[in-house]
Amino acid sequence: MKIHEYQAKEILRQFNVATPEGVPAFTADEAVDAAKKIGGDVWVVKAQIHAGGRGKGGGVKIAKSRDEVRELADQILGMNLVTHQTGPEGKTVKRLLIEQGVNIDRELYVGVTLDRAAKRNTMMVSTEGGMEIEKVAEETPEKIVKESVTPGGTLEAYQARKLAYALGLEGAAFKKGVKFLQALYEAYVSTDASLAEINPLVVTKEGDVMALDAKMNFDDNALFRHPDILDYRDVDEEDPLEVEASKSDLNYIKLDGNVGCMVNGAGLAMATMDIIKLAGGEPANFLDVGGGANKETVAEGFKIILADDNVKALLVNIFGGIVRCDRVAQGVIDAAKETNVGVPIVVRLEGTNAEEAADLLNASDLSFEVASSLQDAAGKVTGVLNR
Amino acid sequence: MSILVDEKTRLVVQGITGGEGSFHTAQMKEYGTNVVAGVTPGKGGTTHDGIPVYNTVEEAVKKEGANASVIFVPAAFAADAVLEATAAGVDLVVCITEGIPAGDMTRVYDVVKDSGATLVGPNCPGVISPGKAKIGIMPGFIHKPGSVGVVSRSGTLTYEAVKQLTDLKIGQSTCVGIGGDPIVGSSFTDVIAMFNDDPDTKGIVMIGEIGGTAEEEAAEFVKAHVDKPVVGFIAGRTAPPGRRMGHAGAIISGGKGTAEDKMKAMKAANIKVVESPAEIGVTMKAALEEAGAL
Repeated sequence: MKIHEYQAKEILRQFNVATPEGVPAFTADEAVDAAKKIGGDVWVVKAQIHAGGRGKGGGVKIAKSRDEVRELADQILGMNLVTHQTGPEGKTVKRLLIEQGVNIDRELYVGVTLDRAAKRNTMMVSTEGGMEIEKVAEETPEKIVKESVTPGGTLEAYQARKLAYALGLEGAAFKKGVKFLQALYEAYVSTDASLAEINPLVVTKEGDVMALDAKMNFDDNALFRHPDILDYRDVDEEDPLEVEASKSDLNYIKLDGNVGCMVNGAGLAMATMDIIKLAGGEPANFLDVGGGANKETVAEGFKIILADDNVKALLVNIFGGIVRCDRVAQGVIDAAKETNVGVPIVVRLEGTNAEEAADLLNASDLSFEVASSLQDAAGKVTGVLNR
Repeated sequence: MSILVDEKTRLVVQGITGGEGSFHTAQMKEYGTNVVAGVTPGKGGTTHDGIPVYNTVEEAVKKEGANASVIFVPAAFAADAVLEATAAGVDLVVCITEGIPAGDMTRVYDVVKDSGATLVGPNCPGVISPGKAKIGIMPGFIHKPGSVGVVSRSGTLTYEAVKQLTDLKIGQSTCVGIGGDPIVGSSFTDVIAMFNDDPDTKGIVMIGEIGGTAEEEAAEFVKAHVDKPVVGFIAGRTAPPGRRMGHAGAIISGGKGTAEDKMKAMKAANIKVVESPAEIGVTMKAALEEAGAL
């Protein structure tokens, strides 16, 4: 799960990770109140969307008076912010973070995530703050220094010192940096985060070390034990069809293609998308109906896939292991009758009672294209698209 | 021969009285698996479907000689179940449960490695040695005893590959679903090494997917150690970066884990990489014929 920057900073503060003072705002009035509350004479007005690159897209601006805070808040709230992470359609800004202005001396990078190869949580730092870390990793990997943490343990003081030295911190900033890094790891591990990224981590002219930006993602599998974090979910930032699908326990991800697909199992669903592409189509979605492919889930799946106007054909690919294919076939027939499908449907059911399933489909008064194998399914999808 | 599971396997089912555990215990028994015990805390002393139920795995090991465990308990308790099975001294732990927090698995992984036990999963269909025994949830009837080893991160896609092999009259020595999570007990490399050492496995099918670098590591191993023909497929060439494709582990992040990188590494290791998942069976058949193993 993703959260907003201001929410991540709320969590970080609970773990004594230093951040600039800031207050979220949903209206221009609230933005001005926030600036009053924060005090000082320079503020940063920051668009809050679940995507990076907000500054470049015009979603982060500096204000030198409260009037300017109002002006900028009016300008940014409601704007369609396009960044390299939002896609060309962009995202509407509905929330702001008003923050105190900071005298930046140096911009650094720190991130914590799971290193899958090492099977350990790993903190990495770089002096190249503000840059995309993937780019740094690719072009100048020597500028990234990493420390892995023993499972169940913590980022030890010597590890934090090593990282702080690698960041070139000195004197009071060194001490603050060590504390910052240890606190950041605690925030990450205690909340079952999958990513905690501070980019940039800044050293101020006054010698403070703080998180100028903050990004935290969380392990969906662990949210059951963090109800407070689940409260941070902002469904406005999610695709409405994906939200709808999740209500029926369907795992749906919208893509840009023209062939909708409904599959049981994540691996087979990806493989089905791949074979659609090989057949000359473009997958319109990823949809895993899971273990229980019945009439209700199939009908719900149809509805969600067909809500996307780009869909010109539909491929149902179910491998019935424990699930009986004839039952799935009946589900597909019933769902197709209930839902006004309007595009050709290719159905491939394999596994338990596959022959009975094919007979049911062929005997129905609906015009399914029944495929007997994965290869056959791909060919039939191509045929349908070229018609 | 086969790997991990055979006629000598004495299985204890953790979570035997739950819905999933109960259903699949019956299926495993029907396939011929020697299910010797079940464990559900609080239900020790009872029997389930004629199988003695104990409060702890330790008792099941002591009283019934269980040497393998399969876990069907809910995600919140599954990491603990793996630790319990490991502590009780079983050789093999197969964890079917989906949705275990990654943070729990980092700890479990270390404990299991130190114990010398083998963990398969979590979030996997299990292990089957066709004609001998199955530990897991895969449909037994699509399999056929034979000499191809199958290792995969997915469930139904594995069944698809197995069905293709069986339809071509190519049997399997053992099929291992290693699971779709970011951290799993056994990697592609671990399983391929076992297949490589098994004289009755003549060819290996590996089915990977986007995310992580486990396939690349396995390709390195194959390049250095494996002379048996290996056929590979990677699911998710059309998956967009940054999106989790169902499996917690199937995500392209930070430019890592793309299908292209994996396929490239596998091709460099002389693995026969198929573009289409429909070609796994025929490609293995041709490879076995070429190697004189068919």
